[in-house]
Amino acid sequence: MIAQFPALQVVIPLLGAPLCIILRRGALPWLIALLVSWAALAMAATLLSQVADGEIISYALGGWLAPLGIEYRIDTLNAFMLLLVAGTSSAVLPFAYKSVAKEIPQDRHYLFYSGFLLMLTGLLGMAITGDAFNVFVFIEISSLSSYAMIAMGRDRRALSAAFTYLVMGTVGATFFLIGVGLIYAVTGTLNMADLAERLPPLYQSRTVLAAFAFISVGILLKLALFPLHLWLPNAYTYAPSVVTAFLAATATKVAIYLLLRFGYTVFGAEFVFNIVPASEVLLTLALAGVIIASFVAIFQSDVKRLLAYSSVAQIGYIILGISYANVTGLTASIVHIFNHAVTKGALFLVMGCVAYAAGACRLESFAGLGKRMPLTMAAFVIAGLSLIGVPLTAGFISKWYLVLGAMEKGWWPVAAVILATSLLAAVYVWRVVEIAYFRDAPADAPPLSDPPLALLVPTWVLTGACVYFGIETSLSLGFAEQAAIQLMGGG
Amino acid sequence: MEVLGHFNYWVVVVLMMIGFYALIARGNLIKKIVGLNIFQASVFLLFITLGKVTGGSAPIIAEGITVYSNPLPHVLILTAIVVGVATTALGLALVVRIHESYSTIEENEIADMDREP
Repeated sequence: MIAQFPALQVVIPLLGAPLCIILRRGALPWLIALLVSWAALAMAATLLSQVADGEIISYALGGWLAPLGIEYRIDTLNAFMLLLVAGTSSAVLPFAYKSVAKEIPQDRHYLFYSGFLLMLTGLLGMAITGDAFNVFVFIEISSLSSYAMIAMGRDRRALSAAFTYLVMGTVGATFFLIGVGLIYAVTGTLNMADLAERLPPLYQSRTVLAAFAFISVGILLKLALFPLHLWLPNAYTYAPSVVTAFLAATATKVAIYLLLRFGYTVFGAEFVFNIVPASEVLLTLALAGVIIASFVAIFQSDVKRLLAYSSVAQIGYIILGISYANVTGLTASIVHIFNHAVTKGALFLVMGCVAYAAGACRLESFAGLGKRMPLTMAAFVIAGLSLIGVPLTAGFISKWYLVLGAMEKGWWPVAAVILATSLLAAVYVWRVVEIAYFRDAPADAPPLSDPPLALLVPTWVLTGACVYFGIETSLSLGFAEQAAIQLMGGG
Repeated sequence: MEVLGHFNYWVVVVLMMIGFYALIARGNLIKKIVGLNIFQASVFLLFITLGKVTGGSAPIIAEGITVYSNPLPHVLILTAIVVGVATTALGLALVVRIHESYSTIEENEIADMDREP
């Protein structure tokens, strides 16, 4: 049974989606989604424990052996991403029950959960597969369902946001497809491990260079690196709260995983950093993204949009770590993928609580929330501290490693930028905190209180995780380090 | 000869640019989707061209035939076509809903309406 886990990891959520449509009555779709997601989490945890000692699981899908068949290949990084995706969905789904009931019409609930499971399928599939074309299929499964999910937002602007995302996401995925076609043309294989062996002699080939350009631009569009982030702020702002929390924590992160996988495993660090000036390009874009997006975030009047711009900045940090091209930087990136997912997940769940109670996330509607929704705003403060990178929170660990990596390279200005932009993060978090705690609610404001426990518990689970992973780092940092060493070692 | 021999690839590039241009330059959402379709179709053509083996027959086992075209890109593109159809359907469905709530499908008019809340 355990030997079949790699396949079941993807197949169970995939089968859960139509099941939600068949059993559409009452709370059943939610229950199915929840159980499926918890099962996926259990399987991801089992897989991670199996590869924890550096072993690599290779699974031939349908018994067709690689390179002809599709291979699922799980090393530490894959398993870590699987755990992240399944973990986030397992934490977000209990929250979904009440939040979705409030934000989405009753007759569309089953479609929501079905779409959610498809999104989960796509993301898990992207993280597990070892076949370049299969990646494209899973990108499209997760993207198509996320376009539909974003369009379910209450505001009509959700529709235009979803359309923009659809256009940009499809262009990104098609670019990726062109790149895969080109490397298939020169190597005749689609299996990643096989590609890794056949590409090195072809490093000077123009086809390989073009393929790398198409694949990396395609993935960068999906992971919303500045200046390819234009779809992200609106999509995050107008999507239903649960979708925003899940997408912000996982979708861009899995795309970053793909960048790592293609950069290090398929093309190889030698090609990416010595033949192509990837380090310089990524460094420039990441720094520009971190600085500009942090500034833009300060001037937002909608807190969800503020956090969306902050996400663009945080993606910049992750890419920054990759651009160092050393183990410390890579570790920082991978651990920041994890820590930022936990932090942003918690913050967007807080937004879900506020939207549930107050109906909107505009900055002025936060006035006096510190007194009226004490538990919710306390979660915001703690997760906000983690976003800034204050010691004893998860965000500190990743920023610490980012600065260490920069110093290892001797890039002092970069370390200074990291510290300075953390102050910018403090500014935009403080704006919200100040309004919530030090500004009184308008006299005519309707009475508000903390949302029900069904919303508070998942929010606090993720908020607690922000603190937990700031103190006990053996899970996050330990696996991130191991994954970084595996990637750097060409494994 | 070199130019003619790459005829299919020239078509791919031309179609790709037409599609991409329409996608970027047109403000009408339906035209954007048409552009997206042309763009994707060019990639399908690219893959199918890759699979052609000179003198190869259709990949069906038959007596007396030893050279076959590579069937793998065909299969990949079948999948990609399905994905393309799903994207088009979803995009058009979104356009219908955008038209219902904005009463327009021009990008700049929608942007104007979004700005004034």
